[in-house]
Amino acid sequence: MGLSAATVVSLAPTHQHYLLEARQMQALSFIVHIPLVCFGIAFPAMVVYVEWLHLRTGREVYRTLAQRWSKVMVALFAVGVITGTILSFEMGLLWPNFTATFGSVFGLGFAVEGFSFFTEAIFLGIYIYGWNRLSPKAHLLSAVPVVITGFLGSMMVISVNSWMNHPSGFRLQNGHAVAVHPLQALFGNPYLWPELLHMYVAGYIVTGFLVAAAYGLGRLRTGRWGRYERAAFAIPLTIAAIASPVQVVLGDWIAREVANTQPIKLAAMEGLYRTTRGADEHILGWYTDRQVKYGIAIPKLLSLLAFHNPNATVKGLDTVQQKDRPPINVTRLSFQTMVGIGTLMALLGAFFLWFRWRRGQLPESRWFLAAVVACGPLSYVALVAGWVTTEVGRQPWVVYNVMRTSQAVTNVPALPIGYGTLVVVYAGVAATVFWVLRRLARAPMPEPPEAAAETEGGASRTAEAT
Amino acid sequence: MHLYVVPVLFVMAGLVFYTVLAGADFGAGIWQLIAGRGEAGERIRQHAHESMAPVWEANHVWLIFVLTVTWTAYPTAFGSIASTLSIPLFIAAVGIILRGASYALRAGAGTAAEARRIDTVFAVSSLVTPFALGTCIGALAARRVPVGNATGHLFSSWLNPTSIMIGVIAVLSSAYLASVYLAADATRQDDAELARAFRVRALVAGGLAGAAAAAGLVVIHGDARTLYAGLTSGGGLIALIVSFLAGVAAIGLVWTGRFEPARYVAALTVAAVVAGWGLAQQPILLPGLTIRQAAAPYDSLVLVVVAVVAGGVILFPSLALLFRLFLGGRLSGGTAAGAASLETRAPETIRRTARPTLARLALAAFVAGLILVVFIDVEWGQVLGAVLLIACVLLGFVAVDPPALAD
Ligand code: HDD
Ligand code: HEM
Ligand code: HEM
Repeated sequence: MGLSAATVVSLAPTHQHYLLEARQMQALSFIVHIPLVCFGIAFPAMVVYVEWLHLRTGREVYRTLAQRWSKVMVALFAVGVITGTILSFEMGLLWPNFTATFGSVFGLGFAVEGFSFFTEAIFLGIYIYGWNRLSPKAHLLSAVPVVITGFLGSMMVISVNSWMNHPSGFRLQNGHAVAVHPLQALFGNPYLWPELLHMYVAGYIVTGFLVAAAYGLGRLRTGRWGRYERAAFAIPLTIAAIASPVQVVLGDWIAREVANTQPIKLAAMEGLYRTTRGADEHILGWYTDRQVKYGIAIPKLLSLLAFHNPNATVKGLDTVQQKDRPPINVTRLSFQTMVGIGTLMALLGAFFLWFRWRRGQLPESRWFLAAVVACGPLSYVALVAGWVTTEVGRQPWVVYNVMRTSQAVTNVPALPIGYGTLVVVYAGVAATVFWVLRRLARAPMPEPPEAAAETEGGASRTAEAT
Repeated sequence: MHLYVVPVLFVMAGLVFYTVLAGADFGAGIWQLIAGRGEAGERIRQHAHESMAPVWEANHVWLIFVLTVTWTAYPTAFGSIASTLSIPLFIAAVGIILRGASYALRAGAGTAAEARRIDTVFAVSSLVTPFALGTCIGALAARRVPVGNATGHLFSSWLNPTSIMIGVIAVLSSAYLASVYLAADATRQDDAELARAFRVRALVAGGLAGAAAAAGLVVIHGDARTLYAGLTSGGGLIALIVSFLAGVAAIGLVWTGRFEPARYVAALTVAAVVAGWGLAQQPILLPGLTIRQAAAPYDSLVLVVVAVVAGGVILFPSLALLFRLFLGGRLSGGTAAGAASLETRAPETIRRTARPTLARLALAAFVAGLILVVFIDVEWGQVLGAVLLIACVLLGFVAVDPPALAD
């Protein structure tokens, strides 16, 4: 589109020395918000499921589990709310020109998001504080809106992000967006669905593996393995194990969308300098001197993956000027990290499902438990790596091919002071969350007779193969 | 009425809700800060915490509402405000983080000493946040935020007599609202002693807030003439009179111990001040920028209005439900597990085998979904494929039957 600076921004042009700090503040805030988001997406469904198990079977273990999980859920939700609020502030504090110019285009997404999370917060309050006050059925039902609004809210945020990646629904005139069609911009975007599903499934994977990892670690360290622990391990693990292979397919989908709509991002993800017919895929390695060194090259695979044709032409970085290229190695390594971890998790998930199918029981060898424990933090790394791929790969644009990040940024001086403060505060928040979760985990367990008997007596685990 | 003013009305309504609901929340935090030591102080802190716990998240989302509607409907104004006022907004943001974090921490506090330390962080941030936000309102009221990317003065825009005065009023009225609400809650729980404690606080804070508001008028007279003119004529004047009358009535109700009606009248007192500011300021948003000039294009405005109305249709009944359950005392009692409300059925025997048919179906859905998503390069193929993949997850989960694995 090639718009010059003066025509893009609606406020004064910017002269910010600390663009990098602004970007890092944004990145930092996301890295804190995004794991909480995963719990917001997936945890309510898991808690409701466990509560439903309790209602169906009458077993106390499930009630205990649902109550303990819901305590964790509120604590994480509270932190999710504040980190999300900070992100909303940052839309103005860091990127006033972005919001001032395009608020009318994408703002609707955030407005609806606000409503969804509002409703989510209300029903979460009812759910958490209504445990002993509502009838069991009403209580179970009160969680349903939480699940739905969590999805809707995420969908709205992703619609904004997918619009930034693939903008449409407006025209620019003297730095003002005119002929604005927010519905088309946000929801008429082919990029929305793969991105939404990929993120939503990521939420289940991250939550599933992190929760399972906590109980797996408990088993490895203390050996506690009653029905309570086994259920708390098996339920999230099952979710993550099924979601992981599905995520690989969704990842392929979104990758082809990127190939079609953001060729330069794809070139950065793959470290492809020259536009190439029948381009090779490189695994690992480092991009330098216009090529990937020390990597394993697989001939023509990139063309095949991206365009389903081994001889298709893939655009390289050379199609745009230097100033329009994103940082190559950051984008590429994050992408490889995500795909690598995603593949390993999919294999682990497949193994679990196979084992369950053949042996009819939970794999309990030490290596399996250790692998699940590792997948907890790894899934979070994959999540952040995915977002880094998306966001850094879109640079130098904040709105792809329309507005540069350097045009969006605030003119406020001394950003590093804010950055430093935020780092300290978030470090405190992270320590806090960690401490609370440990505390909640250590709180003495109200041991119902039934569960107690099973914990001590080593429940008769059946090993019926099918 | 023109379409372009409708979102401003929403924003003002959001601000009113934020001040009377979240404001009381801040106020509860402030009372925790000055609750004093010993048994009595402990009870005050406890009461303040427990009363607010079920509603604080919902209360605070009003701020998000205000922000998102503003940047959608009046984007240029939003960018200008957020950049010039970045310091007080950042301070408020940090305050919000600390409040939220200490709230979450409270869930894990083991001892009273720990809880007290956490409450102190909570309380200090409860004081700083409304002050910082109040100074922002002051900056707008005193017209110190020009259009542009951080073109206003970074400090004097919000560290000026009007801003500081409004910051102080925000803090005092928050404390006042909180004490009235907390007195009403205590009465409802038949705790006469607590109710008395908060009655005294309400009278003192109410008096101070009223005095500050009067002093504020004097300050504004010297510092922000246009605002003063707006407040002393027309709609602004009416709002101030309403606020004054409601303020007197609320004090009377508190004095005589009728806290339940006092709750609403006190909220009206504060709400009328916010409305008065809006009336005094319109139709100017920022110097040289009217509401009309700042407004987003037509389509965006229509959609915001539709979204807010539709959202409201869902939101208000939900909110009413929350407050009814909560104010009706049915939700208090914390998260602790209590007596089971379900007559426990005998544990049902759960199937121990996997469910082979479902498992096969899940696998088939996965393969079909994969083929459709990966190889069919048309939109319907991908949509159908995605649906099949979701089906695969659900079927697979049922097939694995994780509870059976725990037996
Ligand atoms: C648990 C997390 C996780 C896992 C296992 C994967 N991803 Fe992912 N990926 C994400 C979490 C994620 C994400 C949630 O972080 C992103 C960022 C933006 C988005 O929509 O999803 C993402 C983005 C993202 C993008 C970039 C989209 C863009 O730039 O706009 C691509 C091409 C892929 N993914 C591809 C894959 C592939 C091929 C995977 C297979 C192994 C994979 N992802 C596994
Ligand atoms: C809507 C306004 C947004 C703006 C203005 C924005 C802008 C930015 C910028 C400038 C960066 C820094 C890039 C870099 O470090 O090179 C960044 C990073 C990031 N953004 Fe966005 N973004 C927005 C929305 C989103 C959304 C909706 C998401 C998630 C759904 C997201 C996720 C991330 C993540 C995870 C990073 C970290 C990347 C890193 O580590 O560098 N962003 N964003
Ligand atoms: C620019 C980007 C973002 C902004 C401004 C933002 C804003 C917010 C806000 C204000 C909240 C708190 C609202 C409340 O709970 O009452 C919130 C929470 C939440 N956000 Fe974000 N968010 C952003 C990115 C994301 C992304 C990328 C996702 C996921 C796809 C997401 C999903 C959620 C979810 C599920 C919650 C619920 C709270 C929880 O469960 O922790 N947000 N966000």
